Amino acid sequence: MPDSDTRPGAGRPANSVGLVTPHVAKFDTPLPLACGRELPEFELIFETYGTLNAERTNAVLICHALSGHHHAAGYHHPDDTKPGWWDAHIGPGKPIDTDRFFVVSLNNLGGCHGSTGPVSHNPATGRQWGPDFPLVTVSDWVASQARLADHLGIERFAALVGGSLGGMQVLQWTITHPERVANAVIIAATPRLSAQNIAFNEVARQAIRSDPEFHGGWYAEHDTVPKRGLKLARMVGHITYLSEDAMGSKFGRDLRADDLNFGFDVEFQVESYLRYQGDTFSTAFDANTYLLMTKALDYFDPSAACDGDLACALAPAQCPFLIVSFTTDWRFPPSRSRELVDALIRAGKPVSYANIESPHGHDAFLLPEPRYEAVFDAFMTRAAGDLGLAAPRTETQA
Amino acid sequence: MMRTDHELIVDWVPHDAHVLDLACGDGALLERLGREKGVTGYGLEIDPAGITECVARGVSVIEHDLDDGLGNFCDQSYDQVIMTQALQALRRPDRMLDEMLRVANEGIITFPNFAYWRHRVYLGLRGYMPVSKSLPHAWYDTPNIHLSTFNDFEQLCREKGLVIVDRAVGVGEHRGHWTSRWWPNLFGEIAVFRVRRR
Repeated sequence: MPDSDTRPGAGRPANSVGLVTPHVAKFDTPLPLACGRELPEFELIFETYGTLNAERTNAVLICHALSGHHHAAGYHHPDDTKPGWWDAHIGPGKPIDTDRFFVVSLNNLGGCHGSTGPVSHNPATGRQWGPDFPLVTVSDWVASQARLADHLGIERFAALVGGSLGGMQVLQWTITHPERVANAVIIAATPRLSAQNIAFNEVARQAIRSDPEFHGGWYAEHDTVPKRGLKLARMVGHITYLSEDAMGSKFGRDLRADDLNFGFDVEFQVESYLRYQGDTFSTAFDANTYLLMTKALDYFDPSAACDGDLACALAPAQCPFLIVSFTTDWRFPPSRSRELVDALIRAGKPVSYANIESPHGHDAFLLPEPRYEAVFDAFMTRAAGDLGLAAPRTETQA
Repeated sequence: MMRTDHELIVDWVPHDAHVLDLACGDGALLERLGREKGVTGYGLEIDPAGITECVARGVSVIEHDLDDGLGNFCDQSYDQVIMTQALQALRRPDRMLDEMLRVANEGIITFPNFAYWRHRVYLGLRGYMPVSKSLPHAWYDTPNIHLSTFNDFEQLCREKGLVIVDRAVGVGEHRGHWTSRWWPNLFGEIAVFRVRRR
């Protein structure tokens, strides 16, 4: 183990998946979409961690949330200082144990991290897709993920796991492809957005679309980016990801300087934080992708197929579910997870539900927390046992 | 170690029944009912460690505070509702009894019998609140806020017009010892009732 390595990002914990390299899968069979259009061809960028067993029974699919992507665990370069977005939960000895499972994590269609999306080249026009990229839905994502599973030779996933918007994809999988899902983990999610959720999304969209640099979505052709709009959208979003308590304890009413300066520059620490988050995001994320992802959130409602009866919509599901919520999450509060749990119970499906005490609001699903990890790990270990997957090698180390 | 009230309950739950286990603890009873009798259903629990243990066993468990009632569950959606050693910890045991018999046809309830002779000795002769295997807490930190006796519960059932289908007592490792069969209110440490609506 290169413990003596002093480069930044080196000397990583032994429970990291280490260096990883993304792969790209190309699909040239047209994909029909919920909106009535179809994608003639598309690419999905993905990463894998762990080893697919000979029987191909140990695959776990990670579905990402609004601003997520394929890089869920490990590092791309030896010099990376930050690991993938869900590194806290994926790796040797972690709940999604890569000594046991073969983990697949992709960037969804319409994303801006390497899968076909608004920033990709549209073969029909020769220009970037831009705002012409179809509004893809959660069902469309599931259809494209199923193509990726076919490509990898995975008939049935040992588990599908997702938080927030990722949890909605997992839920859709259990309805559309029940025979391909052995276990489902849905974290900090909701079976459909509330009016308040949609309202926040609409504020974010208006921020982007009213930016003079947006140009109806053709900003790339004007060699510009609607940075201000994206920044505002992210700032609004970020407020909903944190709890009031978490913001209070992190920033309180702390000032950056000693005194009030009676102006509109950054004065409070929380302002500084939000601006920083917004600025970082506005240069790293595509505005059209953000618009499309928020629409996918708004549209998701599997109960619509059953006149609003979620239990009826869930009738096809066959697998055990683990539903997890967090006490201070006010974006998708525990009551929304409970709504899903109650529907699963009415449908007679095996389901377990844990409401984890956490001060971190919606973001809690990304963070380590002993009780969260314990129940997640218990579910995954039981799932592996039921599938006859080998127990991970036992090592005694701190 | 096997809890004696579990032994009794397993006998009373029919094969392939759909049950709700209130305060299911670590899920041992539901797991056993599933294995031995093909029983399906859900456990409700509030203790994090119990919930994790249930999940590890593959028992379906829902984090749920029983004092919030059973409003999430539909009328007559279960064959039986089981509640072991939780009645005495509820804010309103009488209302829970109504709720249990709303969601199921039959309820199985176990609780520590406060009139057990050892408890009587503790209180009557020594003058202290009883502490025993079935009542292990001190008076100031006990979750058991509504202690009752075998007789008290029978009286509540009579008032509610419920039918007592079966009743039994558990004492330590034995069950149905002749003394406790004849004088359950005196010799039964744990009361076990099976009740129905008339």
